[in-house]
This record gives sequence, C-alpha cells and structure tokens, in this order.
Amino acid sequence: MTNKTLVSATVNGEPVEFFCEPQQSLLECLRDVLGLTGTKEGCNDGNCGACSVLLDGQLVNSCLVLGVEIEGRAVTTVEGLADWHGLHPIQQAFLEADGFQCGFCTPGILIATKALLDREPNPTEEQIRTWLSGNLCRCTGYDKIVRAVQAAACQLNRECEVDA
Amino acid sequence: MQPFAYQAPTSVGEAVALLADPAHGARPFAGGTDLLVQMRRGLFAPEMLVDVKRIPELNRIAFDPDAGLTVGAAVSCAWLCDHPAVWQHYPGLIDAASIIGGAAIQRRATLGGNLCNAAPSGDAIPAMIVLDATATLAGPDGTRNVPVADFCTAPGKTVLGPGELLISLHFPVPASNTGERTRSGARYLRFIPRGEMDIAVAGAGAWLALGDDGTITNARIALSAVAPTPLWVKEAGAALIGKAPTAEAFAAAATIAQEAARPISDVRGTAAQRRHLVGVLTRRALKGALQRAKGEACDD
Repeated sequence: MTNKTLVSATVNGEPVEFFCEPQQSLLECLRDVLGLTGTKEGCNDGNCGACSVLLDGQLVNSCLVLGVEIEGRAVTTVEGLADWHGLHPIQQAFLEADGFQCGFCTPGILIATKALLDREPNPTEEQIRTWLSGNLCRCTGYDKIVRAVQAAACQLNRECEVDA
Repeated sequence: MQPFAYQAPTSVGEAVALLADPAHGARPFAGGTDLLVQMRRGLFAPEMLVDVKRIPELNRIAFDPDAGLTVGAAVSCAWLCDHPAVWQHYPGLIDAASIIGGAAIQRRATLGGNLCNAAPSGDAIPAMIVLDATATLAGPDGTRNVPVADFCTAPGKTVLGPGELLISLHFPVPASNTGERTRSGARYLRFIPRGEMDIAVAGAGAWLALGDDGTITNARIALSAVAPTPLWVKEAGAALIGKAPTAEAFAAAATIAQEAARPISDVRGTAAQRRHLVGVLTRRALKGALQRAKGEACDD
C-alpha cells in the first residue's frame, strides 16, 4: 500500500518538502528521505535518546514522532547546530572536554543539551544529570558529558554577557 | 510498522466520526510514546491513526479557583509541569507527570495517554484518583463523565467503548480554596531502581484534608503496580477520617493498603518487595500530603 503524503516543514532553518508514508517516523524521514544521517537510531522505542531532535524548539525522540506530524513545523537536528563560522559552543565544549568516545549518542546528547541550556542557562549538576537521563551513553560513564555541558553553559553565558 | 492512514481532525465531532466507523479500524493518537512502541511490537495494527493534537478541547489547560482544573487529554506532561496554577494548586499531579519518562518523553507523553494505556504501573493514575479526578469522554452517543478511579478495568483495558474518545480530565478545587476552612494536600511517590526513566516497581498516592482542629476530615490512598489496575484503597483513606495526622495513624493506614495490594512477582520485583514498598511509600506519601496541607515543603 502506498499512501504518500507531501509534507512541508522547516528543517535546520531551510524550507523542505518531502513525501512520506504515515507509518514512517520523523527519524526515518530525516535519515532515509532527507539524507540527514546525523540523527541516530538506537532503540527505536524512546529509551535511548540517540534520535533526539528539537520540534518547534522542544526536545523530542524523533523515533516517536511521525513524519506527517511535522507539516508546517520546525525541526532542528545536530546538522543545524554548527554554522559557517564553525562549531556551536556546545559542540566545541564537548570536543574540548572529551564529552564522547564512540560518538553514537553524541548527536542526541548535543541536541538535548541545547534544549536544556535554552531553557535553563545555568543548570546545576543534578539538573543536567536529570535532564540527560533519557540519553544513554555506554562509553563515557557520563562524567565528562556533564563537565562538557557545564563548560558549554559557561561559554554561552559569557557570550551572552559580551553581547549585552 | 505496518502501513496505516493518518488523519488530524480539528474537532471532537470529526474525530469521533472517524473513530466510530468500524471500516476505518482507527485509534486515537496523541503523544505516541506508548502507542507507537506497541505498534512496532505488533500488539496493535490499526488501519488509521487519528491525531488528536489539533482539537482545541484536548489541547488546553484551564484553571478556575471556583471550578477547578481541566486538562485536555492531549496536553503533554511538560506543558502541565510548566503551568503555574498546576504548580501552585496541584503539586501532587506534578509529582507524577514529572517522572513519566525523561525530558523528551515528557514533551510528548500525556496524562490522557497514561490513563488510556491503563498500565497497572501508570504513575499518573493513582495521582489522579487521589485528587478525585473525573474523565470526560465523547462518543457517537454523546458525552459522559467517568471517575478516573473507575476508568481502568484490566491491564490495557478501559471503559472506553467503540468510537469513544477521552476529551479531558477534571480536578476539583483544592479544599483550601473552597472557603470551608479546610486545607488539603496530595503527594505521589514511586520506587524504581534508578533515579529516572524507569517503570514503577510500586507507587503510592495520598491525599488528605485537615479540619479546623487539625484532624483529618477526608483522605484517599491509591496504589500503582501492585494489582491488575491502579488501585484505590478506600478503606485505607476511611481509616484516617477523624484521626489526628500522626505517624501511628499513617502506619495503620499503610498496613491497610498493604493488605489490599495484590502484587505479583516479575522482572521488576517480587510480590514481597512490592508489598513492603506499599507500606513505605504510603507512609511517606501521607507525610508529604500532610506537609502540603500545612503549606510546608515535602522533605522526602
């Protein structure tokens, strides 16, 4: 049965149009239809967070969103963090703090960190660990991830102060 | 997942018409955090999903000091937890809504979905039962109200009939706002082996109201994950009426709750562990409810 729907949305600031079937998750649409393979499939049932993206600025698991649902909405994936000037401060902080090893969970953790720092610019360690509880990492033991988030928060706040 | 059709109606009438037509084989779809997972596992193969997130009645939070709180069935847990009136007047609801999944799940999961999924371990259900919540349903024959305490009938089974849709959940005015000079508080607690992102081994919700002289004028206790459905233990609450809110009275009520529990042993815990947890969690939830009734912060 083919039942393709045309979806118009904004992905990483760019307007996109694509065809998808209702049973295709946003994750499948991003990776298989739009070729944005930065977002990873881990568990495909909402436990691991590897597929985290922002939907209208809100953190979601893209495996639990249907592609057809994003009609008229804005999605940000890991590919949308950096710009032509270079890495996003969150990415830079993870690089400098060794906040990853194999890297598979990293796109999801970067996006979850973006959602956290957009909402809470100065999170406590407990807030960081609680917020990232939906993003599993099997390599780092999380400690360097937490340090990276703290460094990113510090860097972003400094930039805010400079801008102000 | 198997192919299915997708519809996103903008009115209750359209949604009910889609759901009620047996030719469509349709199911309602809100956050999808249970439904899509169950469909991938092959538990359901609906021929149509009816996305209810564009229907105004299912996507609103309304608080009125004289009428209470109404939460649309498709309101996400994160939306609920960020609502100032819910924080102020229904912290017992926040206890549950803030621990269902992690940050990403909370932006999709709904109170309505937690109720309709009817898992024995659904954290929001005991929290809603002790707050005396009522569910409003719309179906081909009109609307009806059902107490949340009567909504779940078996694991994964509810009172929803063919074509019926959960519209909203209503919570009465907290007693402290009624002018009857009573004060009330609620608390929900669960036990899980890790800090977050897990399913309750056991959970307990408690609500109590205090009279002028500080005695308990009314109380409700409900449990999760220790029976085929979330369990309202009426006799445990009734045992507290007219008593002073002491540790001894709470322990006696907790014992009644333990006796009412019908836990099983499974991968998450043994029946004996669950029965023990019911005692601990009920005592702590009552203590927290008392602290909130007195305007104090909960200390555990």
